[in-house]
Amino acid sequence: MPDAAVRLTGITKRFPGVVANRDVDLTIERGEVHALCGENGAGKSTLMKILYGMQRPDEGTVEIDGEQVVLRSPADAIARGIGMVHQHFKLADNLTVLENVILGAEPRRFGRIDFAAARAAIRDMSARYGLRVDPDSLVQPLGVGDRQRVEILKVLYRGAKVLILDEPTAVLVPQEVDELFANLRELRAEGLTVLFISHKLDEVLSVADAISVIRRGTTVATRLDPAEVTARRLAELMVGSELPTPELRESTVTDEVQLDVAGLTVRTPEGRAVVDDVSLRIRRGEIVGLAGVEGNGQGELIEALMGIRPAASGTIRYGGVDVTHWPTRRRREAGIAYIPEDRHRHGLVLEAPLWENRMLGHQTERPNARGPWIDRRGARRDTARIAAEYDVRTPGIDVPAGALSGGNQQKLIVGREMSGAPKLLVAAHPTRGIDVGAQAAIWDALRAARAAGLAVLLVSADLEELIGMSDTLHVILRGRLVAEVDPRSVTPEDLGSAMTGAVS
Amino acid sequence: MSKKVPAWQAVLRGLGPRGMALRIGAPVLALLISLGITMVLLRVTGADPVSSVQAMVDYGTTPNSVVDILNRATRYYLSAVAVAIGFRMALLNIGVDGQYRLAALLAAALAGALSLPAPFGQILTIVAAMVVGGLWAAIAGVLKVTRGVSEVLSTIMLNSIATGLIAYLLNPKRLAEMRPGSNNIATPQVPSSGRVGALNGALSAIGIDLPGRLYGLLPVAIVVGIVFWVVVNYTRFGFDLKVSGLAPGAAEASGVSAKKMIVVTMVTSGAIAGLIGMPELLGASYEYSLNFPAGLGFTGITVALLGRNHPLGIAFAAVLFAFLDQTSDVLQEVEVPKEIVGVMQGVVVLTVVIVYELVRRFEIRREQRAVAGELATGHDLARAGKGR
Repeated sequence: MPDAAVRLTGITKRFPGVVANRDVDLTIERGEVHALCGENGAGKSTLMKILYGMQRPDEGTVEIDGEQVVLRSPADAIARGIGMVHQHFKLADNLTVLENVILGAEPRRFGRIDFAAARAAIRDMSARYGLRVDPDSLVQPLGVGDRQRVEILKVLYRGAKVLILDEPTAVLVPQEVDELFANLRELRAEGLTVLFISHKLDEVLSVADAISVIRRGTTVATRLDPAEVTARRLAELMVGSELPTPELRESTVTDEVQLDVAGLTVRTPEGRAVVDDVSLRIRRGEIVGLAGVEGNGQGELIEALMGIRPAASGTIRYGGVDVTHWPTRRRREAGIAYIPEDRHRHGLVLEAPLWENRMLGHQTERPNARGPWIDRRGARRDTARIAAEYDVRTPGIDVPAGALSGGNQQKLIVGREMSGAPKLLVAAHPTRGIDVGAQAAIWDALRAARAAGLAVLLVSADLEELIGMSDTLHVILRGRLVAEVDPRSVTPEDLGSAMTGAVS
Repeated sequence: MSKKVPAWQAVLRGLGPRGMALRIGAPVLALLISLGITMVLLRVTGADPVSSVQAMVDYGTTPNSVVDILNRATRYYLSAVAVAIGFRMALLNIGVDGQYRLAALLAAALAGALSLPAPFGQILTIVAAMVVGGLWAAIAGVLKVTRGVSEVLSTIMLNSIATGLIAYLLNPKRLAEMRPGSNNIATPQVPSSGRVGALNGALSAIGIDLPGRLYGLLPVAIVVGIVFWVVVNYTRFGFDLKVSGLAPGAAEASGVSAKKMIVVTMVTSGAIAGLIGMPELLGASYEYSLNFPAGLGFTGITVALLGRNHPLGIAFAAVLFAFLDQTSDVLQEVEVPKEIVGVMQGVVVLTVVIVYELVRRFEIRREQRAVAGELATGHDLARAGKGR
């Protein structure tokens, strides 16, 4: 049996107060696409930094092609044939593809850079691995997918036999993901080894030859066969427990209408209708789901409900009162809670401490304010309450929001929005990009609020979440509500085709 | 649980030596570095750095200089606070200069025409200056929210327009009169009932005797600083202002009306700008003439930057700049061109900005490490809350 391309044995890495990696054993065979999965903070990045020579392990050994090595720097790793494609690209926009690829490893001839040889080498590699890029194009106009190919070429040009790709699909759209996967298969066919880091399980299952799972710094499963494992099983391995399921128990829907939207139309500044004649009702104790491919007017509908974007026509009645022309603050003071889609840009001030973030959106209300004055003590005390009740993992309330993990940031937002007895919650992608523990906690909070009579509009891209958490489910397409489906009987497949307009 | 405050809490609350060291250490470090660079600069120009700096300090600490420095610092301080209010919400009011000059001219014309008993004339003059400054700044604010015109461009243009307007109004046919025996043109003198006396009297009553005339309106600058600090830190308006500056998207989603904030902030900034000329007008010159101090609005931008938009920081920065300006003359006696003071001021600002940014990044990294580390070792508010 030939030696493995990479073998890590008993790797342990400690940082002050934290063990990032503990007894990691990982074998990667030559010529395979090996996927490494794990939640954010499970220790994937540290492990890859060790393999790429950016950090040295406290214990354990690294073997490359059967030979034990000590990697002191990325240069050492590159010399051993290990290359890394970072999640955030490191390209010079004002240089051409060719110049970017050879930067720092320029082929020389009579003391001058031999562009002809470099161009030939890049053309050859592009053809061989199916990495289509024009070496003489500037990088600046290139899209994300092309830039990623340039990064891969950079690594290959330096003679890498093992490629580490750190969350390569995070920045790509689905078509680009397919192209990337085709490239990876080409690389494998040419005998190269790919180590693919991801937490998107569907992708992992479709591209990998072998899958390893890392949890809390250690490998909990290695070399799983993608044909024999399900996404659900992988997810359970990642979190170490049974996955939470989004589901509602008995109906709590009342017949009291909290939100009544009639004929709502929202136009872009150019006059195009992005929300087109939408009518929907949400009753107290009801969760109304809104399914749709992103960019079909969900964001604009939500902004119109929150008063951030003006309605061109139609009415919004809230608790029987016409609020169509109310400003955002008045709506929020009247009890409309809001979980924005982009928590970093719209939900939090990352530089500000948690207790100031607790005031955000509620800065005119108790316990945060008294008249025109801020009530620091009240806001701080209530922030501590939210942290405890909503399980926000933080050492204190003076920590800036940006220092928390995404899941804990979101739990803080949910806790904040649930405070002060809201009557309507507008929730956009409340569990996107957060770990499953936080996801379960947020679902629990939604269920509890629904039982207490809260009306909820839930927009999500996670179809399982929509089907499981909705009492009523609408489908939005090109700004219009095109279908209402029964969440108790619809399958994700049917819902998916309704979203794309495949069924009328 | 032990009663001792754990080190992580001290660090996060800024209690511990590390936190304090950073807060006080950063500006001290920056000033030491810029002093070093200044020394090198003086050396390069052929002067003896130690004796030059010594001469500046000796001259700057004479009682006469102290009064002049405090008077200058008062103007710089008001100007910098006007700028800082805009900076707080990422609004660059470059037009403080035009706002205060126009306000001073019109207030001077008003005060010269008034003859009211003691506090009313002064109050009316000051209020008029604030209104003029606020209205002039409001033009830029309204243009921004209705037409999307960048406030940087509009305020720069409004400065030029203010200059032209002042030249038009400061004319014997309109608001001004010729001063006999000179080429100077000025508004009519403020009558003695409308003036503000010097502070020297009040100070000598508590045992501080100073020569010259210390602006009677110097306390106004202190009050403005305190009000600024209270508003920014303890009011809803201050919170909205801060959030609008740090995260405009989050501010909008939280119900802050961006347009309203822009106009209100511009008007407030302009109103404070209106105060800049008042100590000089009511306490020293009693008229707006061709010799009225100009360019204070631009100095204010630098001073606000140096003072990190913090009321106390701005006070230090204003005094430092006033000291450098005041002592620049003495450099000529030791054969150093006085223009080197401008270079020194530039060096100070650049050093402070760079040092603060480095410290800020260092602090963010430390905070993130601290949060990760503390969570890993079990210091967790969520769990602690449940345990109780």
